[in-house]
Amino acid sequence: MASWKTITRRSFLVLGAAFVGGAAFGAYKVAEVPANPLVPGPDGMPLNPWVIINADGITVIAPRAEMGQGISTTLAALVAEELDVDWDQVRVLHGPPAQAYYNAGFVERMSNEPDYRLSQQPRSHNAILAAVPKIFSMQMTGGSTGAIGGFVQMRLAGAGAREALKAAAAKRLGVAPDTLRTEGGKVIGAQTFTYAELAAEAADLVPDDVPLRDPSTWRYVGKSMPRLDMVAKSTGTETFGIDIVLPGMKFATVRMNPRRGGAMTSFDPAAALALPGVEQVVGLGNGIAVIASNTWTALQAAQQVDVQWGEADYPADSAAMLSRIEAAFTTDPDSRLRDDGDVEAELAKGDVIEAEYRIPFLAHASMEPLNATAWVKADGSVEVWCGNQAPIMTRDAIASALRIGSDKVTLHTPVMGGGFGGRTDPVPAVLAARVAAAMPDTPVKLTYSREEDMGQDFYRPAAIARLSGRIESGKATALWGRTAAPSATRSALARLIGFAPPGPDRATVEGGFDQPYGLPHYRYDGHSADLAVPLGFWRSVGNSMNAFFLESFIDELAHAAKADPLAFRLELMQDTHAPSAMLLETVREMSGWESLNRPGFGRGVAFCYSFGTPVAQVMEVQETSAGIKLTRAWIACDPGLAMDPSIVEAQMIGAMVYGLSAAVQEEITFADQAVVQQNFPDHDALRMHTTPRFEVRVLQNNGSFGHIGGVGEPGTPPAAPALANALFDLTGTRARELPLNRTFDFAT
Amino acid sequence: MSFTLSINGVARQVDLPDDVPLLWALRDGLGLTGTKFGCGVAACGACTVLIDGQAVRSCQVPLSDAVGEITTIEGLGQPGALAPLQAAWVKHQVAQCGYCQSGQIMQAAALLAQVPEPTDQDIDDAMQGNLCRCGTYPRIRAAILDAAQIMKAG
Repeated sequence: MASWKTITRRSFLVLGAAFVGGAAFGAYKVAEVPANPLVPGPDGMPLNPWVIINADGITVIAPRAEMGQGISTTLAALVAEELDVDWDQVRVLHGPPAQAYYNAGFVERMSNEPDYRLSQQPRSHNAILAAVPKIFSMQMTGGSTGAIGGFVQMRLAGAGAREALKAAAAKRLGVAPDTLRTEGGKVIGAQTFTYAELAAEAADLVPDDVPLRDPSTWRYVGKSMPRLDMVAKSTGTETFGIDIVLPGMKFATVRMNPRRGGAMTSFDPAAALALPGVEQVVGLGNGIAVIASNTWTALQAAQQVDVQWGEADYPADSAAMLSRIEAAFTTDPDSRLRDDGDVEAELAKGDVIEAEYRIPFLAHASMEPLNATAWVKADGSVEVWCGNQAPIMTRDAIASALRIGSDKVTLHTPVMGGGFGGRTDPVPAVLAARVAAAMPDTPVKLTYSREEDMGQDFYRPAAIARLSGRIESGKATALWGRTAAPSATRSALARLIGFAPPGPDRATVEGGFDQPYGLPHYRYDGHSADLAVPLGFWRSVGNSMNAFFLESFIDELAHAAKADPLAFRLELMQDTHAPSAMLLETVREMSGWESLNRPGFGRGVAFCYSFGTPVAQVMEVQETSAGIKLTRAWIACDPGLAMDPSIVEAQMIGAMVYGLSAAVQEEITFADQAVVQQNFPDHDALRMHTTPRFEVRVLQNNGSFGHIGGVGEPGTPPAAPALANALFDLTGTRARELPLNRTFDFAT
Repeated sequence: MSFTLSINGVARQVDLPDDVPLLWALRDGLGLTGTKFGCGVAACGACTVLIDGQAVRSCQVPLSDAVGEITTIEGLGQPGALAPLQAAWVKHQVAQCGYCQSGQIMQAAALLAQVPEPTDQDIDDAMQGNLCRCGTYPRIRAAILDAAQIMKAG
């Protein structure tokens, strides 16, 4: 059985000292750094930063943002597994901003090695790298890291609490703790005690030795658990950020400069103030807010404010922006993260195949529009409710905007109605706090209109890629990919932390440079475009761009080689990464690949290894009198250890729908420096009748035991190329730009 | 202006201008936040409620027109007493972010009231106005079909 001591030693060797220091001591040596942010109170006794016990049950602090991906259920299952509580005793809360809740999983995202190679190696030995999430208090949700970061941390939290409770019971009974057992929220010995009875005494007992359960005994981890939020989300009783209700609350909205980053020259609030129900118009420097008796009145009034906008620091329209991106090809590469063999010599042999692809900016368009509620109190402190992916950063941004100390900010992180990477920036929380400051002692809920949400987003970059390849005797011998795009990472980090770290930008080339294709000559370059459009992290980040480029181009190579596109990929992959190759074989079998080849239908395959999880997808399309229909899709993925198979399946389907929605019809374009698309009628997504039928298979072969790949994002990247490849198979037309409805007529 | 609305079988007073849509009267005036704001232009279905059994987009119904018996998600069932449709949603673990699900469930309730045993085509036709960015459509379909069977068995 694993124990605290063996975990320490092994973890020391494998993960590095700093990681263990944070996870283990943070789990139950509550007096050690990081400090426990929870305080005992009438609501219950915190046993450590992750477990609170009271008479009603067990509350787990799951400090990752719940955006629908199911992370709160998975983190709670890890704690419950060790704590020996029944599932219906478990409740889950997000918890406050605190260093204790740093996300150790980000370590997995800090390398420029291809992921598939990391999964074949022992874990990182770099203790300095491992310490980064803790040192920088990275309490962040993103990069599909939540389950990875929590895998050891949350089980240790449960085990530490369990042993403390046993120690408390042992003290009462005058016996050794190891003579006692735990079950269903009770410590059982000569007498039985509920955890609630023991909690106050247990809080002082820090165990020296915490055994972790053998995985063969797991009851919750690796099982499909009923999600803890499912009943609330099926009854309208879940409280999203937009649902916060406070006494005497006022309702506000904002209208910010559509020329992003530009100033506001002037504004005249008279017409807005004349509307019944409007209380205040607040100038914000680069926009205005209206405070009213209800949100709708605020939304109407915001349009009545006469505003003069200054200009943005980027070209006027999409065509000019694409020229700017194209110009980046003439600059030295920002990165060359892959350079196997000698691409230039190989391509010089001739018979080169070349293609250029173009993709647009994209919006996140979560169902819940951006919002935040703030309440500036008489003593100058502020309480804020805002769904966000980075609580410490958000808290500090609020403090800085109001010129108060971070200790004066109380930030709540409610569950989010979607995120997809779009709730990383603290802008809504900061604006709400500034607006509430104009009406002290009154809670103000600020809600963006859909139009404002879409026009003020931080977008997935537009990009252009140029790929060259060579076929000899029916086999690919060389591939040189070059992606030109403005950097989402640099744009986001410059906003969020004030500077963009030097070094190659992985996000511009991920999904392209890092794939397990055993090409003898394989080079991938990133070119950084100089374009100040505000950018952010969109589900799967750069993988959504480069998987479309690379997987479309591999298909073009297969076609040139007169090879079956699935077999062509398989041959390139089978000696490089066996679990990935097995996924291609799996979707071939699931889909009945050969049988899909029939008149009136098209089939396409694509693959991408991202966030530690390889995913293969097959897409089927059909020509109908109403247009092309997406009929069926098959997904095979291999996250290594699948923490909750039902959630993995849901994420795989959802992520593919998200990718297909964008591929078919989504784009963000600019005119007069402002975003053209306003609302769902011009930025639609797949719906019930346009969504294909899905079949998913979750394999668990990748990496050594304990390898946990992400599941929220890896289903998105292969979606666009799988569809584009199927459309080529159906029509003979190769679409080299997105969205695909520029080239094809889809049934709507 | 003061309006009296009949919501989930209870007469409720709300004091707001008469052009305020029912959605905002429910959410901001009455604190019934189960009904969601998604687009404001009847393009996403998140705000769907029933008026006299018909599914309507509450963002498009001004208070002055909100006449009839209004049923919101809160009136369909509660966490301790789920309606069969909600129980099917839980059984099939439909929700991801969950934000659109109130509207999806109310739209599905209207469908099952009119078509107790819907075909896939019926589901496509009835549900296509309800957007879900998480892509839960396959589980929504499964839950509706399952609920129909359970409700038929009574």
